[in-house]
Amino acid sequence: MVVAESKPIEEILAMVADFDKILLTGCKGCVTVCNAGGQKEVGILASALKIARKKEGREIEIEEITLERQCDPEYIDQLEEPIANDKYEAVVSMACSVGPQYIAKRYEDMLVFPALNTTFIGGSLEHGVWAEFCQACGSCGIHNFGTLCPIARCAKSLLNGPCGGSAGGKCEISPEIDCVWHLIYERMSRLGQVDKMANVVMFKDWTTSRDGGPRKIVREDLKQ
Amino acid sequence: MRLNYPSNIKIINVPCTGRVDILHLLKAVEDGADGVYVAGCLEGDCHYVSGNLKAKRRVTYVKKVLEDIGLEPERVEMYNLSAAQGTRFAEIAREFTERIRELGPSPVGSGAKAA
Ligand code: SF4
Repeated sequence: MVVAESKPIEEILAMVADFDKILLTGCKGCVTVCNAGGQKEVGILASALKIARKKEGREIEIEEITLERQCDPEYIDQLEEPIANDKYEAVVSMACSVGPQYIAKRYEDMLVFPALNTTFIGGSLEHGVWAEFCQACGSCGIHNFGTLCPIARCAKSLLNGPCGGSAGGKCEISPEIDCVWHLIYERMSRLGQVDKMANVVMFKDWTTSRDGGPRKIVREDLKQ
Repeated sequence: MRLNYPSNIKIINVPCTGRVDILHLLKAVEDGADGVYVAGCLEGDCHYVSGNLKAKRRVTYVKKVLEDIGLEPERVEMYNLSAAQGTRFAEIAREFTERIRELGPSPVGSGAKAA
């Protein structure tokens, strides 16, 4: 999933400083799963913003709505009614950064702000802990590395690791971070494939990644 | 045992402090409570194993939110005591009331007091 986290509340307060009535929109997709922008977090942020503004003596009206997803235009339709009926001065989106962009595209005259920092593609390690596992390079080759991704999980994205900094299974950048090349070695040993590590992996074709510009997938079988 | 505790304390019963959510605490502050505290069972004594520990983490989270928006984090607190410690209950109520009195009324507004 896309993993995100809340921006510092001071930053969000500064974004809405000029407004007295805003629409705060959550998303029931990835950001609900990573506890950053679901219905519950929308409630918490709304309350925190209201407290801060009451304290300043300038109350803010906040309507809360959590969409099925903010990355599908059909669900942005759920904003139609509140935006048409109420005079919101701005929309604050608690989705990954796709959400605010979709809302801004639909409502050309509306100011739209992101409340989250979209951080990485990853998974949960335990309740409340998430880690990065994928960098969306566009041509997955993890099967060559014991089904572990050195692009996302090695600090240097080495394809022929480890570097000289690997120590005791940890990466040189932090004792908290596993050296993925250590994990790759362990797993390939277990699988009896360690000899494959002697093969030099050639440089990666990055055209499938961001180096080829913004990416798009077109599925003719699904298009209408 | 008939013990007095300050009458400004408004008690909200929950089956276990594990039920106390971040939003409950924030809403109390938003609605003008000068302070809010959670009175949970002693650590290690939770009937549901970790309800009071969860409550403690949520209280810590709310303290951080209050700090970030410039409100005194001391307005929210977690206390641990057993159901048999009536004296301690009254003492905590007095202690917390005193703390809030020193801080003064919440700048958020008037309304319900501590719970
Ligand atoms: S120590 Fe391991 S994970 Fe860290 S940069 Fe070197 S090879 Fe990559």
